[in-house]
Amino acid sequence: MIELEGLTKRYGEKVAVNHLTFSVRPGIVTGFLGPNGAGKSTTMRMMLGLDRPTAGDVRIDGQHYDRLKDPLKYIGALLDAKAMHGGRSAFNHLLCLAQSNGIPSSRVHEVLDTVGLTSVAKKKAKGFSLGMGQRLGIAGALLGDPRILMFDEPVNGLDPEGIHWIRNLMKALAAEGRTVFVSSHLMSEMALTADHLVVIGQGRLLADTSMADFIEQNSRSYVRIRSPQRERLLDVLHSAGITVVQAGAETLEVDGGKAERIGELAAQHHLVLHELSPQQASLEEAFMQLTAESVEYHAHSGGAPSPAGAPAAPSPAPAPGQWGDGWKEGRS
Amino acid sequence: MTAAQVIRSEWTKIRSVASTVWTLGLAAVVTIALGALISLLLKNQWSDLSEKDRLSFDPTYTSFAGMSLGQLAMIVFGVLVVSNEYSTGMIRTSLAAVPQRGTFLASKLVVAAGLAFVVGVVTSFAAFFLGQAMLGDHSTSIGDPGVLRAVIGGALYMTLIALFSMGVASMLRSPMLSLGILMPFFFLISNILGAVSATKKIGRYLPDQAGSKIMQVVTPIDNDTPYGPWGGLAIMVAWVAAALLGGYVLLKRRDA
Repeated sequence: MIELEGLTKRYGEKVAVNHLTFSVRPGIVTGFLGPNGAGKSTTMRMMLGLDRPTAGDVRIDGQHYDRLKDPLKYIGALLDAKAMHGGRSAFNHLLCLAQSNGIPSSRVHEVLDTVGLTSVAKKKAKGFSLGMGQRLGIAGALLGDPRILMFDEPVNGLDPEGIHWIRNLMKALAAEGRTVFVSSHLMSEMALTADHLVVIGQGRLLADTSMADFIEQNSRSYVRIRSPQRERLLDVLHSAGITVVQAGAETLEVDGGKAERIGELAAQHHLVLHELSPQQASLEEAFMQLTAESVEYHAHSGGAPSPAGAPAAPSPAPAPGQWGDGWKEGRS
Repeated sequence: MTAAQVIRSEWTKIRSVASTVWTLGLAAVVTIALGALISLLLKNQWSDLSEKDRLSFDPTYTSFAGMSLGQLAMIVFGVLVVSNEYSTGMIRTSLAAVPQRGTFLASKLVVAAGLAFVVGVVTSFAAFFLGQAMLGDHSTSIGDPGVLRAVIGGALYMTLIALFSMGVASMLRSPMLSLGILMPFFFLISNILGAVSATKKIGRYLPDQAGSKIMQVVTPIDNDTPYGPWGGLAIMVAWVAAALLGGYVLLKRRDA
């Protein structure tokens, strides 16, 4: 269990992490999602006592990180695959970590075996590929057999086989009742692994919701219609009792899967249709829309492709914690 | 978490990187070989020396002539032991494993200083005996007054140089910046300040000049240095303590 309360980090004027309050529960994979620069890594570093919070508090199993006796036995973290001395062998890298926390050296062999690096244990880490470095970092996280595991962007730069391996590892660790907290900037990746979602943007909490809820709220299916005779079409659909949302000059959208019915209605009334297409809003779009206002580095090309007609990105302000709820109400 | 665990861990760290071997090896080889070479040259040119030079000739200090160059390798050792953590990113992994930063730094210092002292003792004795063998008729013996103190002092000097470098590297974090300041300081600036008469009085309070007094047995004739061998070492210890305190305070306060 990791608990954050009003966690804040300021660098001069810039607020990197803004009053974050949430907790990470055991037995599930919690995804920590946000665009680049949202403050994910800073938050994780504060959890590990590496960065000092400007305000607020973070506790691991009720204790401050630096109060933990042998912290690797409580929480294992992969922060950066390259956070190791390249001249040291994989075995010695893990051995020095193990010794500092009173972990027997036999455990080093075990975790090397778990991550599949036994054959290169005596090799220097600088010769490792990104994937191997990532595996070594994960071996370090697993070293103390901790109840809490934290991974910062673990799939970055991995090949499909490595990604598959990490996904299954995280699920297996959660299934053993451990707390698994994993950050990513890819919604699609989280959709495959996480049971719970914490979304931040510009350091603020945007959502704290279960993955199932998030999918239910966001996998909106609708029909997109383009017609030169838009006004007449609107009347026809309206009198047929179909709710229509106007999206753009020529485009209309209708929630639900009513494409056949709309096509038949248009034919009856001799209306020209240029497009009649069932659409599915992706989770990625939903995520981008959620964070659109908080993305730090915009590519100025019209912003995120938003499924038009959906409620506007939530306005800022409500108290943290209720943010996700407010957002969910807005969507339903 | 106990200090013993962290010390074991730091020992594993220091023995498992190549830079430890080559920096300490170079410090020993350069100090010993250069000391022996200069001792041999002096013996061969004895007849050319002035009367004054002969009177104030210090066979012990002469055999330590390689120290001025050998200490540069010791500086590299001290800087790399600390700054490697930062330049490789290992520091985040290290501090996540050992969040008590005071214990972390102290353990690192104990291990590195212990190792530097062992290398220093071996180097110092080897440089002395080899140097004396080269000096032949002009040599001194380990049993003469002040000689053993000077030889053990040589080992202490090397250890303190390494510790000072570790303190500076703890403050600056970057290996290039640390070496870029320490190398010219010890190799050039300190020597220049010590040689120019106007700055001599300041120069002799610099860590290396004060500290190297411990390796002298014969006091130069026109000596007006206001401290003795142990006084000089104490001045050097004060510099080292200041550097380490600065390193500790910054490590404690900074984000990793």
